[in-house]
Amino acid sequence: MSNTVLSVQDVTMQFGGVVAVNNLSLEVHEGEIVSLIGPNGAGKTTAFNVITGVYAPTNGAVDFHGKQIICNHPKGKMDKLYAGENKGKYKKTLEPTPDKITKLGIARTFQNIRLFKELTVLENVLIAKHMRMKANIFTDTFLLSWKEEKQMKEDALELLRILDLYDVRNEIASSLPYGKQRHLEIARALATDPSLLLLDEPAAGLNPQETDELTAFIKRVRDQFHLTVFMIEHHMNLVMDISDRIYVIDFGKLIASGTPNEIQNNQKVIDAYLGVAEDD
Amino acid sequence: MTEKKKSQLSILFSVIALIGIAIVLFCVNRFTPPTFMLRTVLQLGAIYALVAVSMNLLNGFTGLFSLGQAGFMAVGAYTFAIFTIPVSSRPGVYYLYGVADWLKNIHLPILAGLLAAGLVAAVLAALIGAPVLRLKSDYFAIATLGFAEIVRIIVGSTPMNRVTNGSLGLKMIPKFPNFYFPFLISGICILIIALLLRSSYGRAFKAIREDEIAAEAMGINLAKHKQMSFIISSFFAGIGGALMGMFLGAITSTTFNITLTYNILLIVVIGGMGSMTGSIISAFLVIAAREWWLRFLDQSTYIGSFHVPLLKTGFRMVVFSIILMIVVLFFRKGIMGMKEFNWNFILNRLDKKDPAASAGGEGNE
Repeated sequence: MSNTVLSVQDVTMQFGGVVAVNNLSLEVHEGEIVSLIGPNGAGKTTAFNVITGVYAPTNGAVDFHGKQIICNHPKGKMDKLYAGENKGKYKKTLEPTPDKITKLGIARTFQNIRLFKELTVLENVLIAKHMRMKANIFTDTFLLSWKEEKQMKEDALELLRILDLYDVRNEIASSLPYGKQRHLEIARALATDPSLLLLDEPAAGLNPQETDELTAFIKRVRDQFHLTVFMIEHHMNLVMDISDRIYVIDFGKLIASGTPNEIQNNQKVIDAYLGVAEDD
Repeated sequence: MTEKKKSQLSILFSVIALIGIAIVLFCVNRFTPPTFMLRTVLQLGAIYALVAVSMNLLNGFTGLFSLGQAGFMAVGAYTFAIFTIPVSSRPGVYYLYGVADWLKNIHLPILAGLLAAGLVAAVLAALIGAPVLRLKSDYFAIATLGFAEIVRIIVGSTPMNRVTNGSLGLKMIPKFPNFYFPFLISGICILIIALLLRSSYGRAFKAIREDEIAAEAMGINLAKHKQMSFIISSFFAGIGGALMGMFLGAITSTTFNITLTYNILLIVVIGGMGSMTGSIISAFLVIAAREWWLRFLDQSTYIGSFHVPLLKTGFRMVVFSIILMIVVLFFRKGIMGMKEFNWNFILNRLDKKDPAASAGGEGNE
């Protein structure tokens, strides 16, 4: 595979004495769909939260398109408490807030849907386009940048049309059926113009048919928007079907990585995770 | 009916309504005696409408529960008064302590004074915004409440004697140049807030209200946007305070005590958190009820020889508190909820075949 889009290096996330993510390193290449799987509480969402800037890692760094975007090392009282590895390898402190990360081109969805519930579908998408806006608050208020506004709206409608949400554009987001809300969350993430899309359990709560639809949807989105997709998922059918590569973590540590085939036959993974998910 | 035609009709109705309001105001001005209650109620209502909308911008649209509105009104009112009291009447106003030297010859016209009132309030909001906006929900409310009290106490304190006239307060504040003045200023300010809320920045504010974490993940800089909302809200609260000063003619630091904030909060809650038109409607209703319709509750009354119990000074406020409790318990969404007033109810009747009720807010009085 070609360029590395995302590279997570030795990331450790420690809350007090609890090590949620331990020395995690992984890479996602351009155009790939990569899955992160593991039992509940393994630290998958924490890893996502580190990548998207919600938490600053205790130690480690994250590169995006070859440029370091996050870097931290244990400081203050964490210095004594630190239980992970590679202490002292990272010296810089770089802790951008989530909005800065999104601006760089990493968009995400949430495990438990977090739409702007009382707003319409169109408004949800428009809000995601807000950060790319050039107009300042004065020109925007006094309608001096109406051209940009109009362009924004057209782009948003176009996106909704592509993603089959055009018909419901004026509906309130919370009134949509669950499956559609999932789609809308992805649409909203796409509206931020990302090059990397992080999906946190996109199929959670969907029935088998909806899951199949979502599989097709994610593939289509990746091809149409030339994206790289990195996702957390528990539905093994979806994961095995869609992923180019899979990373497996357990207790915050990476225990395996490889193609779906390799993972399915990996004894460590079967013991830690797949074995218990037989009925899936 | 197409959406375009609908919006055209909405604009037409809005224009007709505005003209209607203008005619009503004109008639009130023309045909009622200067002391008539309706005049007071309308003017005060317009001022409260502006302040309520500015508070709603923060509390209802950005989801920041602030209780500092009275503080910013005080700043606005005092700024306005200090700069616009005619130079000739200053010796009379500052008869005890005298005027500060730097202030002696500064005098602003009314409109510049209003702008200054807003700007000073906004600058103050910018200064305290950075630390205070880090706090979440209740803590933010307490901090802003504290700020409002600090402002009130500083303004009335002895070191400020030669500027704010300390606890004596300021009088001889220029009155409204004409009957329409408060309506015009409030109308313009509310229109600006309405335009802001329909802009992309307004949408970003609403996103923060709906879900901070998601808003931040969508690239909205929380600190920056909260700060903007706080400053703008304070700017208009400052102007509202100045209008209040003009209306009253005289202010002291106790004019802007905590009850004032609660009165505004009452208006916002009754109108609906997150609805501008709700705030406007409820401002006029609440002021009319308080100053006019419920006055009888404060006077002891006899029906025949029967002395109606409970009716005595202060009972009005008890009734008011009960109304607030009922609203909070049973009508949590207020008059308008989060919706804005629009003409769809007429448009849909005109065109029964088209069931789509698209949003098309009408955002001024």
